[in-house]
Amino acid sequence: MRTRKLLMGLAGVAMLAGSNFVAPTPAGAQESIFIPMLTYRTGPFAGSGTPIMDGMHDYLTMLNERDGGIGGVMLEIEECETAYNAQKGVECYEGVKDRNPVVINPYSTGITLQLIPKAPVDQIPILSMGYGLSATAVGEAFPWTFNAPATYWSQMSAIIKYIDSQGEGISGQTVGFIYLDVGYGREPIPLLDQLGTDMGFEVVKIPVGVSDMQNQSSHWLQVRREQPDWMIMWGWGAMNPTAIKEAAKVNFPMDRFIGVWWSGGNVDVRPAGDGAIGYLSVNFHGTGTDFPAIQDIIKYVVEPGLSLSDPDVVGDNFYNRGVSNAVAVAEAIRTAQQVTGVSVVTGVEMREGLENFNLTAERLAEIGLEGFMNPMQITCEDHAGAHPVYIQQWDGSAWNRVSDWIEPMSDRVRPMLIAAAEEYLSDKPEWQTQECN
Amino acid sequence: MSDTTLKPSRASMSAGKRNWLVTAALFAAAVVGSLVVGEGSLVYEIFVSPFLFVVEAPDLFVQVIWEGLVAGTLYALLGLGFVLIFKASGVFNFAQGIMVVFGALSLVGFYAAGIPAILSLLLSIAMMYVLAWTVERVVLRPLVNQDPLILFMATIGLTYFLIGFGEFIFGGEPKTMITEEIGLPSGSYSFDFMGGFVSLQKLDIAAAVIAAILVGCLAVFFNKTKVGRALRAVADDHQAALSVGITLRQIWVIVWFAAGIVALTTGIMWGARSDVSFALQIVALKALPVIILGGLTSIPGAIIGGLIIGISEKLAEFYWGPLVGGSIESWVPYFIALGFLWFRPQGLFGEKIIDRI
Repeated sequence: MRTRKLLMGLAGVAMLAGSNFVAPTPAGAQESIFIPMLTYRTGPFAGSGTPIMDGMHDYLTMLNERDGGIGGVMLEIEECETAYNAQKGVECYEGVKDRNPVVINPYSTGITLQLIPKAPVDQIPILSMGYGLSATAVGEAFPWTFNAPATYWSQMSAIIKYIDSQGEGISGQTVGFIYLDVGYGREPIPLLDQLGTDMGFEVVKIPVGVSDMQNQSSHWLQVRREQPDWMIMWGWGAMNPTAIKEAAKVNFPMDRFIGVWWSGGNVDVRPAGDGAIGYLSVNFHGTGTDFPAIQDIIKYVVEPGLSLSDPDVVGDNFYNRGVSNAVAVAEAIRTAQQVTGVSVVTGVEMREGLENFNLTAERLAEIGLEGFMNPMQITCEDHAGAHPVYIQQWDGSAWNRVSDWIEPMSDRVRPMLIAAAEEYLSDKPEWQTQECN
Repeated sequence: MSDTTLKPSRASMSAGKRNWLVTAALFAAAVVGSLVVGEGSLVYEIFVSPFLFVVEAPDLFVQVIWEGLVAGTLYALLGLGFVLIFKASGVFNFAQGIMVVFGALSLVGFYAAGIPAILSLLLSIAMMYVLAWTVERVVLRPLVNQDPLILFMATIGLTYFLIGFGEFIFGGEPKTMITEEIGLPSGSYSFDFMGGFVSLQKLDIAAAVIAAILVGCLAVFFNKTKVGRALRAVADDHQAALSVGITLRQIWVIVWFAAGIVALTTGIMWGARSDVSFALQIVALKALPVIILGGLTSIPGAIIGGLIIGISEKLAEFYWGPLVGGSIESWVPYFIALGFLWFRPQGLFGEKIIDRI
């Protein structure tokens, strides 16, 4: 009996010792900067998600391999698969939040909407780069959420500006808006409606349900019936190639069909073959591999076999989208290190870094990305910064830039963003806001 | 024990007729009402305006019907996959959707590995046979005589296995269907029609023709051959079929293989219309209203049900969708199926359930 008790005691001590051994490293002793990535390499949207995740992963890995991380601190990159499912996204977030993640990139508007209220509580900044809730651009109202380089509303205003600059102008024209019927697709509608009224064009909205993403024939017959002068698409995943194929089928002129920057992947246009030639899409960064930083990715990550990406995809539009996101994360970490003097930054310092973010043309040249992006600045007041975008066109094998940088209509968009932010906070009296000087 | 059969009573039969009469009367009243209320009112927009537009633009009407017909043919194929397996084993095969993806991915995957297109097609067919054999061996055989619900749950498990296995083998990124390589046509025929034009995609024509041939072959196979008769015997009564020497296992493999070929065909056709990705399994959900409407046990039901759903959902989305902001295609098929169930609770061609008491 005594022996049994002794053994049990020993086992208990061993278990405690073991649990001590596997306990997570205390925050103070952390030696690397933890960057979780919410990915979707599976599920219906994997086509759009995979190259983005690869681009992001590869740029950060390149910094580790080439420079030994940022400011001498290695980056710990870890993926959590969401399959673009908001519930799984929240589970991923809950799983990583206690490990001092420096920033969360949800990569889904649905997940972002779920995380916005959690971010201030857990003090983890959310960077929804070019997606998410447009109103989070208002920094005073959303201290922990960032959506640079531009909101969906800014982007829509830039598209309308582009259309207005073509030929006879937009007044009196009909603009069709085909969108994925989820939070993401519906996001720019308030602005589109407002601009339609203000600028005198008619808007025809054509929602596409998720179950009909690959079944759009009746939607495009609607387009044939309404005969809009222009079509704008807010699509994602399998919706994009199907829409482009259907547009070609009803003989809609491709050079009058503009996709949001999430509807401009190479995987979106290739299935339509020659039918996609002329299709337009918005962008905010360069494509191709003619940038020293991308060459470094190939040298330090792709060639040694550290990348999950097909080498042919490196430099594709969505791959480079991921790179641009990783650049924003890396430069914000660097800024955070400079501003706070802390080298192993966590969420609190990262928020400082993001609010002082200033990616100048000189800095872009320094990191081997000259001309890759427009200079980008984030301030305490403006977490998106109304940065310019450009229109690119598919020629059958590559994207070509066909417009100058287009400034969004900030004078129209900003007041609407502030109103939307106020509305969001109206029923949340406990919400943590901030004052900006 | 009484041998009385519960047959539909005279009263309930006349209730069916009454349903028709009530519906027709309501519709007539709505049309008359909308004409009285006049243009711009909601009833007018619902009951008069769409029909006026049909007269105004007959080319678009024909085009919508054609698109519905093509979609309907593919829905019929999807529904057929479910019906075949349900008839033979009483299992509602939740994995039918992923089998569509798996078939299409195999074809594209073999081709990408450098195998000629036609050989890839044959290998994909062989792959579907291997799948059917494995399913029988690993999933169905250990669950013989279990409750149908347990078998249904097993097919849910099979779905998740195939998703994971497919992503492991082929990767999650979408692929382009090798349409031209396997001899499917591209381009379209356009012709003028009553002041407008109608455009028929060659691929869609091919899809309709191939689906029709496939359905014809399956109909002949299951109606005229010994295996087909055995299948029907199994469908009627497992025990009785076994007692006359029909091998249940063999029948299951054949039926799952047939459902696999149907899935592969659907995957090729739908993949060519869009892309080949795991999103295709969402399309397979369209088969649910088809089999609700057509009846779970009827092959003609799946075909007619598919066509009815295909055509009516396109008409609904095109003519009535804009009235409620569009995107009604997702739920209209269920609405139509429920409408049919109101008149025929067993589905269009389903077997009447007559219980002995």
